[in-house]
Amino acid sequence: MKLWLIPFFPLVGFLINGLFGKKIKNEKIIGTIGTLAIFLSFLVSCTYFAKLVSGDIVVLEEVVARWMDVGALKVSWGFLLDPLSGIMIMVVTGIASLIHLYSIGYMHGEEGFFRFFAYLNLFCFSMLMLVLGNNAMVMFIGWEGVGLCSYLLIGYYFEKKSAGDAAKKAFVVNRVGDFGFLLGIFTLFWTMGTEHGIWTLNFTEIAANGHLLGTGGVVTVVTLCFFLGATGKSAQIPLYTWLPDAMEGPTPVSALIHAATMVTAGVYMIGRMNGLFAQSPDTMMVVAVVGAATAIFAASIGLAQNDIKRVLAYSTVSQLGYMFLAMGVGAWTAGIFHLMTHAFFKACLFLGSGSVIHGMHHALHHAHSHDDPQDMRNMGGLGKYMPITKWTFLISTLAIAGIPGLAGFFSKDEILWWAFSSTRGNQILWFIGACAAGMTAFYMFRCVFMTFYGEERITPKAKGHVPESPLVITLPLMILATGAALAGYVGVPAALGGSNRIEHFLAPVFEPAQHAHHIMVNHAIPHSVEYGLMGLSIGIALVGIALAYVMYIKNPQLPGKFVSTFKAAHRVVFNKWYVDEIYDALFVNATKRFATFCWKGFDVVVVDGIVNGVGKLVNICSNGLRYTQTGFVHNYALSMVVGVVVMVAIYVFR
Amino acid sequence: MVSIHHYLVVSAILFSLGTFGVLTRRNAIVIFMCIELMLNAVNLSFIALSSYLGNMDGQVFVFFVMTVAAAEAAVGLALMIAFFRNKESIDVEDFNLLKW
Repeated sequence: MKLWLIPFFPLVGFLINGLFGKKIKNEKIIGTIGTLAIFLSFLVSCTYFAKLVSGDIVVLEEVVARWMDVGALKVSWGFLLDPLSGIMIMVVTGIASLIHLYSIGYMHGEEGFFRFFAYLNLFCFSMLMLVLGNNAMVMFIGWEGVGLCSYLLIGYYFEKKSAGDAAKKAFVVNRVGDFGFLLGIFTLFWTMGTEHGIWTLNFTEIAANGHLLGTGGVVTVVTLCFFLGATGKSAQIPLYTWLPDAMEGPTPVSALIHAATMVTAGVYMIGRMNGLFAQSPDTMMVVAVVGAATAIFAASIGLAQNDIKRVLAYSTVSQLGYMFLAMGVGAWTAGIFHLMTHAFFKACLFLGSGSVIHGMHHALHHAHSHDDPQDMRNMGGLGKYMPITKWTFLISTLAIAGIPGLAGFFSKDEILWWAFSSTRGNQILWFIGACAAGMTAFYMFRCVFMTFYGEERITPKAKGHVPESPLVITLPLMILATGAALAGYVGVPAALGGSNRIEHFLAPVFEPAQHAHHIMVNHAIPHSVEYGLMGLSIGIALVGIALAYVMYIKNPQLPGKFVSTFKAAHRVVFNKWYVDEIYDALFVNATKRFATFCWKGFDVVVVDGIVNGVGKLVNICSNGLRYTQTGFVHNYALSMVVGVVVMVAIYVFR
Repeated sequence: MVSIHHYLVVSAILFSLGTFGVLTRRNAIVIFMCIELMLNAVNLSFIALSSYLGNMDGQVFVFFVMTVAAAEAAVGLALMIAFFRNKESIDVEDFNLLKW
């Protein structure tokens, strides 16, 4: 049993499906290879996780081979298992296995079936390298790999121009973040090396020696660079614009990559390097502010969207904002906890939306209609045709809204409590988070009510023809909904009488830095305040749900009236605050003009000019010299004689 | 007395005559004959110097030159026959197909 088996199985799955998938053709075999590969990883992860829980392993570092050995830079292919990566591998392999199973049913009949599974396995390999890497370079391999797979999978329907554009946008915006990540690695390596003689990129060594860099100054620069990488990968302000467009990809992709795993890479990275972040209070404040701002900003856009996947996309950006808010105020355990619960309910929501879209597609096809199967304005009352989808979706929505008893409540509440009371927290951040929570409850329930309840707005010929999805699709939904309901119980806080097992589990990873820098909840605040805040967030969530009920079930004309009263505000929010247009004007068009200049003004004129010019020069010279070839033997003989005379003359008259 | 100078001057005159002939004459056979004349002029020079310096090297080299001259004459005449078959003439002014 070796750690490297965990990323190895999906890699093998990718190679088999990628190289031979086209010949295999049998969907069941391809799907089984892909799902089995990741499921085996899951089993291996389970055995390691069990050892972590029982205490057999505290930290396990496994070096497989040397990679780079250049002067002071010594990087190897190594894997690190500790409680943090243990949770991550469970989340990644577990949810990926379910989504692979789901995809067998969802992607049935697709032309590029094997390609999908190959890319999905490659993604799992990259993500597992990212979370298991024991040094920044292996993590960066995974970091880049997931970006690549995101591009490949968003652009899966590459014949559609919008899909190709979305894929390119995702990759380019991600790249800007990757640039920051690389700068962070370089600065860290260089500073640690030149100032303290420690040349390393290994996480354990960084954690042990990071304190030598002191607080502020260089550490702030390094951590801000890393955070820039995180904003790109995890879709925070300013690099979030790719995520809503990424919904062009198939729904399982949206569920796996853009909800449960890839976008959480940034949060994991901050958790992995918590020591460095703790040394820079400025960066942590930046992280928290950006997180809170993103949470409320994305929630505001989600209020007005009509495409079911867009709503979920903005919800993801918003929830990621919560995770970064947590990491920024020092609530690292809460951030990872929310990552875990979010993975369950967001994957369930996305897969559920996939089930709905699948059913709508079927019905609209039957009615020969060209309506958009993803537009919620064409849905309504689907609950009676798709009960399993409805119930799993409802449970996950209750979880994301933060209703007590379900997973989201415990994790979200922990974050808000820390935002309020931590030594690195701020009441204003709590307030923004609470407002965003209310908005979350509202727009998620708006989504549920518009899709599953109320009057059926689907085109009349298709009424009654929306089928419930097959078991391959509903089984993962049920498993994930169970997770969404129960996963929160590992983190019941002390205030509610629980033992907060996840906090104790992750303590060896986070506590050293938290103790050293006094990052903790302010114990002077009485429990009553904590209960009060909890009650407030439940209250806000209930208000949101009630408002959604009133506006979409009881009084369906209200939304229309609201929009016409606040036309301008609605237009701004519906058009995503025109951020894409602003970026186009500021960056994209200027870059396009520069690129066109480089092409037409430099490459064609200068480079091609030089190359073609050399050719022309040779041409001119030879045009001149050709006249020496007269064809007369006598001329050639004369030139030989003249040459001999000249040479002899030189020797004689030297 | 007849000294080395006389032999060398005769050799030079013969060589120049040969060169002039190569550069001027139009008949290919005559050009070959002039080439033979140049080679023989050089042979004369070698023999004279060999006798003057008392060294056998010059005479040995003459054998090489004669062999080469014979082989070259054979090849050249074969060339001319091939040319004649194509062009019905051995006037070197007619051999101008490699003109620009």
